[in-house]
Amino acid sequence: MSDRTVEHYVAPIDENAAVEVDKVKLSERRSNLWSDAWRDLRRRPLFYIAAAMVVLVTVAALFPSWFTDVDPTYSDLSKSNAGPEAGHPLGFTFQGADVYSRIIYGAGTSLSVGVLVMLITGAIGIPMGALAGFYGGKVDSILSRVGDIFFSIPYFLAAVVVMSVMPSKNVLTISLAIGGFAWASLARILRAEVLQVKNLEYVMASEAVGRGKFSTLMRHVLPNALTPVIVYLTIALGAAITAEATLSFLGVGLGNVMSWGNDIADAQSSIRVAPMSLFWPSLALTLTVLAFIVLGELLRDALDPKARARR
Amino acid sequence: MTEENTVQTLSTGAAPADPTTPLVEVDDLQVTFTTANGDVHAVRGVSFDIYPGETVAIVGESGSGKSTSATALIKLLAGNGRISGGSIKVEGKDITGYNEQQMAAVRGGIIGYVPQDPMSNLNPVWNIGFQVREAIRANGVAKGKKDIEAKAIEVLHQAGLADAERRLKQFPHQFSGGMRQRVLIGIGLGADPKLLIADEPTSALDVTVQKVILDHLESLTREKNTAMLFITHDLGLAAERASKVIVMSQGKIVEAGPSLELLQNPQHPYTKQLIAAAPSLASRRIHSTVGEHLTDGVEGPDMLTLAERHEDSEAAVEAAPVVVKVEDLRKTYMIRRGSFKSDPLHAVDGISFDIHKGTTLALVGESGSGKSTAARLVLGLEKPTDGQITVGGVGMADASSKQLFDLRRRMQVVFQDPYASLDPQRSIGAIIAEPLKVHKVGNRKSRDARVAELLDQVALPSAMADRYPNELSGGQRQRIAIARALALKPEVVVLDEAVSALDVLVQAQVLQLLADLQAELDLTYLFITHDLAVVRVVADAVAVMEKGKIVETGATDEIFENAQQEYTQRLLDAIPGAGIEFGA
Repeated sequence: MSDRTVEHYVAPIDENAAVEVDKVKLSERRSNLWSDAWRDLRRRPLFYIAAAMVVLVTVAALFPSWFTDVDPTYSDLSKSNAGPEAGHPLGFTFQGADVYSRIIYGAGTSLSVGVLVMLITGAIGIPMGALAGFYGGKVDSILSRVGDIFFSIPYFLAAVVVMSVMPSKNVLTISLAIGGFAWASLARILRAEVLQVKNLEYVMASEAVGRGKFSTLMRHVLPNALTPVIVYLTIALGAAITAEATLSFLGVGLGNVMSWGNDIADAQSSIRVAPMSLFWPSLALTLTVLAFIVLGELLRDALDPKARARR
Repeated sequence: MTEENTVQTLSTGAAPADPTTPLVEVDDLQVTFTTANGDVHAVRGVSFDIYPGETVAIVGESGSGKSTSATALIKLLAGNGRISGGSIKVEGKDITGYNEQQMAAVRGGIIGYVPQDPMSNLNPVWNIGFQVREAIRANGVAKGKKDIEAKAIEVLHQAGLADAERRLKQFPHQFSGGMRQRVLIGIGLGADPKLLIADEPTSALDVTVQKVILDHLESLTREKNTAMLFITHDLGLAAERASKVIVMSQGKIVEAGPSLELLQNPQHPYTKQLIAAAPSLASRRIHSTVGEHLTDGVEGPDMLTLAERHEDSEAAVEAAPVVVKVEDLRKTYMIRRGSFKSDPLHAVDGISFDIHKGTTLALVGESGSGKSTAARLVLGLEKPTDGQITVGGVGMADASSKQLFDLRRRMQVVFQDPYASLDPQRSIGAIIAEPLKVHKVGNRKSRDARVAELLDQVALPSAMADRYPNELSGGQRQRIAIARALALKPEVVVLDEAVSALDVLVQAQVLQLLADLQAELDLTYLFITHDLAVVRVVADAVAVMEKGKIVETGATDEIFENAQQEYTQRLLDAIPGAGIEFGA
């Protein structure tokens, strides 16, 4: 190195002249978490398929008469297990009722169970998780132990027990039986998220401004911890529809109410002679549940900027 | 410092490797990252050579491409990055086309790497010995269980861990940050590489620890005649440790040359800007530029005016009333040991200080000194174990909750991390207006007007009010945090490491803004920091904290020119580039 001098290189000044420090660059496109997530969702074909399915089921549940004129309860025993014919595209059940019409009218039951379970799970799980995570200490100990007790009971088994002793079996009771035991995992997820968010400086800043603890929780902590909750609840909605069908199939579900689960249960006795009357309601159930679960997964990706970057 | 550099130059002359042929030649290097929003050209035509035994530093701000250039040398770019042009020759062989297997021979053996963050770069589930042995085995420097074990101990000894035998069985969490960095240096140097890349090796460490580690690294590489490539944002550190400095900006080399010459006689406007912005011990208190331009580095400050102004300000400090008075403040935490026992930890151990109206007191200390706890106590975010805090005549200990709420109007805070201190789901306008809403000041319309006024005060366009924080840079976010702190027209602002996370140019800009606001609004600052160089430019008085106690207080110039305590002197000596006069 002694015989080598380090030259002093200076880049041509005009091309790299000093720039204004920390220049404000506001893009034309406004951006925040929700608008970015929406933009991401709109670019994914799977989103349209899942969303279309969800919309279809919702419309069928609200306005079944738009889809069929056939009375789902009208039974013609001479048509028992008959195949498709004009006006009855999917054939007949064992009792001679129209399969297509029963699927359309059954959507309402499935969807309302799903939505109710979602609401019940959220109504118990969100406060439990948020309060436990945010206040910590004794509050956390008590709420988390209560959660652990429910967590340790398999919610499906509990629902079977509750439904078999329930005097009236309707949409509300079955939703309570499922949702009342399924909220514990939601509370756990939210608690973990709140624990992480509450240590961020903007939460401290809010308290330094003079905002009270509870107000800070509602205003800053909860909105920023809600992403996994939304994803979980979307998937839970699909799972609740399956749970209702399974309970109905086991005979502890909705009794006389028309639902996909009941139809599947009724069709099993004649599965050898008329498999299609079991196949169609099962397909409706599977596609609906799949749509909700896919939607949940897509939401999870869209709301997580890091997952967006990975793709 | 000049001496050290000469010694280094001479010792390299006696190297066994041919000192006249470069070890690494980088020619017109281009690195491109593929992202969802198109290609990003992070490095755009960078060329430099590293000769055997030479120490080169690449200096730049975040996003300048300095780390990317270094990781390209060992082809450890992130998955979406690729070398899109140019060549990298190591010992004369072009490695740009090498596959993973060929690269494995280069990594460790020829080029060693010390990563930035000692906290996350050791695997917490394996003990130290396992991780060192793993590296030694991978580099093939020793074979057989016994030899590897012996080599691992030797490597850690070299890296400065005296009791390496005992420590092999320990886990990373039992090591301090400095010790972990020593382990990483040991791993990086384990196979006697010819070049060691050190990517911000000490930026996560306290200054005194940083100095010890860097001194050790320097003597180690000199002994083995290892070349070094330092990646750093710190000009002082580069000047002190490297013989050649490369300044990068926006993926290009702006200026390169012998370190002292470059820093004392910079040619490129960007380098000049960078050097002028770097706070050093030679800098003076930043004053408001409103109406005058004293700090304009190019013209050179008028020393006489500065001195007069200084005397004036000192007299003014004495005369101004005390706004914040802290007396014998204590905070003790009980640290749980085992199931039933707990030991007291005296985080803040009887500190007292006064802050006069319109002045800045800097509370300085290394990590764990209790400075941040002190700030939280002053802000009333935590209850003190003992002692009294009086703000504007109101004692906080016996204040009612109504009084405390009113006290918050008079005292606001700006935190360290610009990315965590703003709620990402609220618009900028809502963030700045929040204090006004909480304290029920004005109506919607007057609050909107106040937000626009505040944005103007922190030099941001008022159109920003309905945007969200994710569109802003770190420096801009910090200005939003300052605007929020000023919304209620407080008397006291606590700045908790408020500029520590910012790049030098942005840091200088924010410090200037703070000085302007102080002059304009007669604000009183409590400035919490670990960075003594920043203290010099912002503070009127300094209190140095060590292990929960204040060891020294005094006027800033007094402390810097004539520190009485050994600890303070040690902190001052450890500042990189402390003795170097920068030109601008």
